[in-house]
Amino acid sequence: MTITEDREAQAPDAPAGEVGKARRRKEDQRLITGRTRWTDNIQLPGMLHLAMVRSPFAHATISSIDAAEAKGAPGVIGVFTGEDLKDIQGVNITAWPVSPDQKTPDHLPVAVSHVAHAGEIVAVVVARSAAEARDAAELVDVDYDELPAVLDLKEAAKDEVLAHPDLGTNKSATWQLDSAGQGSGGDVDEAIAKARDGGIVIEREYRQQRLIPAFMEPRSTVVDPTGEQVTMWSATQIPHVLRFCIAATTGLPESKIRVIAPDVGGGFGGKLQTTPEEFATLAVARKLGKPCKFTETRSETMVSGHHGRDQWQKLTLSAEKDGTVTGLKVELMADLGAYAAIVGGGVPVLGAWMFNSIYKFGAYQFNTTNYYTNKTWVDAYRGAGRPEATYAIERLMDELAVEVGVDPLEIREKNWIKHEEFPFTTVAGMTYDSGNYEAATAKARELFGYDELRAEQKRRRESNDPVQLGLGVSTFTEMCGLAPSRILGALSYGAGGWESASIRMLATGTVEVVTGTSPHGQGHETAWSQIVADRLGVPFENVEVLHGDTQIAPKGMDSYGSRSLVVGGEAVLRAADKVIEKAKPIAAHLLEASVDDVEFKAGTFGVKGTDKGVTISEVALATWTGHNLPDGTEPSIDADATFDPDNFSFPHGTHLCAMEVDTETGATKMRKYVCVDDIGTIINPLIVEGQVHGGLVQGIAQALWEGAEYDDQGTLVTGSFVDYTLPTAADTISFVTDHTTSPSTYNTLGTKGVGEAGTIASTPAVVNAIVDAVRHLGVNDIVMPCTPERVWKAIQAGAAVTTEGERDAAPHFDEGAPNQDPASGASEGSDQ
Amino acid sequence: MIPAQFDYVAPTSVADAVAALAEHGDEAKVLAGGQSLLPILRMRLNAPGVVIDLGRIPELQGVTEDGDHLVIGAMTTYAAVLASEAVSAHAALLNKAIATVADPQIRHRGTVGGALVHADPAGDVGAPALALGAELVIAGSGGSTRTVAAEDFFEDLFTTAVGEGELLTQIRIPKHTGWGAHYEKFVRVSHQWSIVGVAATVRSEGGSIAEARVGLTNMGSTPLRARAVEEALVGKQATDEAVRSAVASVAEGTNPPSDLNGDADYRKHLATVLTRRAVLAAAGA
Ligand SMILES: Cc1cc2nc3c(=O)[nH]c(=O)nc-3n(C[C@H](O)[C@H](O)[C@H](O)COP(=O)(O)OP(=O)(O)OC[C@H]3O[C@@H](n4cnc5c(N)ncnc54)[C@H](O)[C@@H]3O)c2cc1C
Repeated sequence: MTITEDREAQAPDAPAGEVGKARRRKEDQRLITGRTRWTDNIQLPGMLHLAMVRSPFAHATISSIDAAEAKGAPGVIGVFTGEDLKDIQGVNITAWPVSPDQKTPDHLPVAVSHVAHAGEIVAVVVARSAAEARDAAELVDVDYDELPAVLDLKEAAKDEVLAHPDLGTNKSATWQLDSAGQGSGGDVDEAIAKARDGGIVIEREYRQQRLIPAFMEPRSTVVDPTGEQVTMWSATQIPHVLRFCIAATTGLPESKIRVIAPDVGGGFGGKLQTTPEEFATLAVARKLGKPCKFTETRSETMVSGHHGRDQWQKLTLSAEKDGTVTGLKVELMADLGAYAAIVGGGVPVLGAWMFNSIYKFGAYQFNTTNYYTNKTWVDAYRGAGRPEATYAIERLMDELAVEVGVDPLEIREKNWIKHEEFPFTTVAGMTYDSGNYEAATAKARELFGYDELRAEQKRRRESNDPVQLGLGVSTFTEMCGLAPSRILGALSYGAGGWESASIRMLATGTVEVVTGTSPHGQGHETAWSQIVADRLGVPFENVEVLHGDTQIAPKGMDSYGSRSLVVGGEAVLRAADKVIEKAKPIAAHLLEASVDDVEFKAGTFGVKGTDKGVTISEVALATWTGHNLPDGTEPSIDADATFDPDNFSFPHGTHLCAMEVDTETGATKMRKYVCVDDIGTIINPLIVEGQVHGGLVQGIAQALWEGAEYDDQGTLVTGSFVDYTLPTAADTISFVTDHTTSPSTYNTLGTKGVGEAGTIASTPAVVNAIVDAVRHLGVNDIVMPCTPERVWKAIQAGAAVTTEGERDAAPHFDEGAPNQDPASGASEGSDQ
Repeated sequence: MIPAQFDYVAPTSVADAVAALAEHGDEAKVLAGGQSLLPILRMRLNAPGVVIDLGRIPELQGVTEDGDHLVIGAMTTYAAVLASEAVSAHAALLNKAIATVADPQIRHRGTVGGALVHADPAGDVGAPALALGAELVIAGSGGSTRTVAAEDFFEDLFTTAVGEGELLTQIRIPKHTGWGAHYEKFVRVSHQWSIVGVAATVRSEGGSIAEARVGLTNMGSTPLRARAVEEALVGKQATDEAVRSAVASVAEGTNPPSDLNGDADYRKHLATVLTRRAVLAAAGA
């Protein structure tokens, strides 16, 4: 059964149509002015403040901690070590052991005897003021025995230096998807062997550098242990998951825990975590019986909040001579950092279904091996697994186009799923329900002025212009709407993927919508209101959306993975439909008509063939008074719904980027960026525009600017925004965004999700453009971020090779090959 | 990001400020715009016992003219320098360089004096000050003052001729009226410190370069003046070819850092390209 069979996308005779309106976000005034409850704004009577003492070493055992001087410092209430907290502090768990034999080191919130990355908490100082806590933290004297640290992923694979000596290996787990094995396609090794004989084989190794999520609001936690329930306010994306994890690991019964995510200032996956800081604050507050607050500094975010990406991708693509793709083999090495985070080893696995993307490969195999190193832990960051996959395949398709000698758009069109072929089951085993790659590409091509820019590129090449132009293509898809629970179960993920909603019809005509999703800047309050206003025929202004408090919204799976609208929005819609169902017999009773003669239109129950009617708000009031209800009717029209999707949704789009490269300096400059995204039905175009713009900047930033770098001691060199070069509005241009629409068939409204699209699609578009600009100079790859130095050195190296004559574009997995890192020096600390 | 506790004093005259410095010795730290000092305090890289705020001393503020010199008070903000017509007319290079510093908020707090005393080799004020032959007026104990040429002012990384107990009070710049000027700042993101910067100012006569001044940012532990290049440029036509050969050796003898933004060799290459561009732009070519 598909949902659309028994459910109409538009509410019956919807009024003016809130869905599709570019409404300004109702939450913005309070969010932007800061006149709201950010966690750090919360002050409780008698509240104490925490400061963390953190390990400066990447790898060490703790031999002793002397807190005597700190304990005597002004205002200090206590100093707690891991030893002091060990019975109640709980543990930071991973929800996704990707294999039954995954090696998972214990991740204690406050380390007891062993630290595995610089920045790990070794003691907690509690004082009357944050300043006193900070001062006293400097007085805690920790003796460490330093251990050798393993910092580089490829070094970690050798198992010579161990991140966790107890585990006996750095390898966490391996995971494979094989199309021959699961019956969704042929044998990839056969396809590659065949292509080696007369076909085309492209072998590449790409680096997904480490990124640092840079949400605007630093993480902050307040715990009030007084009263019957322990209450935790936290700047988190996942209040419900957090409550579960606290209950699962600290011994506190779940019913005694209330978690509140008040307004939360951004996350991008960076707050999709249960953090050591949350657990440490909880433990200390319980010990002292007093409310406690911890708010991190940005420097602490950088070393302690989880990082993103960090993979080596070894890729082999096979094709026929004419460019028809036949096979794709993916071998990943993924750096988990020091610990398996909540999604942890599952992040690379999330890419498994996406490397084949929109192309019709006959055979496919995905392998990942996950390793521990002595660096900050790694977890989901906007796109989680899918940006990595998209980057790899979109870079490879450009390389294939070069081999075949055709335009990169042409090679894609030759291989992608045609719009008449949907629904289409891919070689990875996913069923894409809808899409139209031709339409999105045609529109993007036109908005971009593709042919004119190609002509300009030719002119610049011919005149040997110091500034060269390159065009980059990315025809991406992604899987959104995490996730069908049974699929998560099959993957051994520790939770479901459903979402929940409740609608409460208040007596005075307003409506409370409770959602289990947990917005942190996306604008759910506005979008959910638009959906409900349409469905129930009530004014937008009369709808209030409540979220992020386990006491108000007791059930939820929170917000990440572009799931909130696709899964959570559908739950809201279904709750609204239940309200209408419950109200209908009461309306019939009030109208003295038979239920069969009553129909609901634009907020009013009417009697067919008459002008008699009663609004849903009037029914709500009548239900509240309860004076005149049909016999045996429960006096409530409130309703709950929980929605578990049958499939993912598959947004897609065509992104085109033009980059200028100053060949004298290696500086790059964006000329034009056009994207046409198919995200299904759009609830609010203004919110979508914001998501796309922000997403694009984040993806472009991976291509050009961002990268976490460690020195060979394991110290994060990019430990502040001076060195971690985050772009601002001044670094980007105005993007041209547009849409095509092929609605999802797995939810009523046909929505697909837009939270990650821009980030996933843009990175390869930018790098493809830069490589395209200088390919004639002998360059076929530049390691990200494509700093001017790297671009310039790639040109120098390329020119050198070109003059030697020989330059084979295909296989080069050799040590020191040009794709390894033409710039070297500025990459991973220890290995180069 | 909470600094260690400190006492705060805000004198209203240079004499009082110098007296406060003498009183507190090496316990004291002077606060100008705070754009470098406050991050240092907040990251607890330094923990002075007393912070002496120069923000309430009128005599340290503003741009005035003194014959063939411009006089800029040490506490004059970047924004005030940018707004000064005298600076644009007589020291255009300073205007061009300061326009590239950080962002508007920082330009409204940061001061020219603070930047010079802070002496970050990647800072954008040192190279133009050097190229323009600025003189720095330093006040010491007991009302004494001394004047130091820019060339002698920068001693090393974050180290200048301003000694303990002393204050920088004025920057005196010989007028370069009618000189063309350009500052080439090379960065990866807009709010970044210079990876390399080149300050060039040129007096042109009938299409050729009569005099040139060139300063380099972040090509060593202090700002550098490229005297050999300045000389090589004299009498050259402002053409790409002529300037290219005159500036070819600009990186010789420099000792730039290697870091995430580029290694020393790359910086030397950049300096050569950027000097050509800066000189050509300054010459209006
Ligand atoms: C995000 C950011 C980006 C920046 N980007 C750039 C950039 O691109 N280019 C650039 O050039 N700069 C940049 N800066 C630095 C900025 O220019 C600073 O303002 C400047 O370096 C210091 O000036 P200040 O007035 O803020 O001095 P303060 O920070 O107040 O003081 C700096 C130091 O000088 C001493 N001091 C100050 N005034 C005197 C005086 N009169 N006598 C004796 N000692 C004194 C202080 O004791 C202190 O040690 C940036 C700063 C930030 C925060």
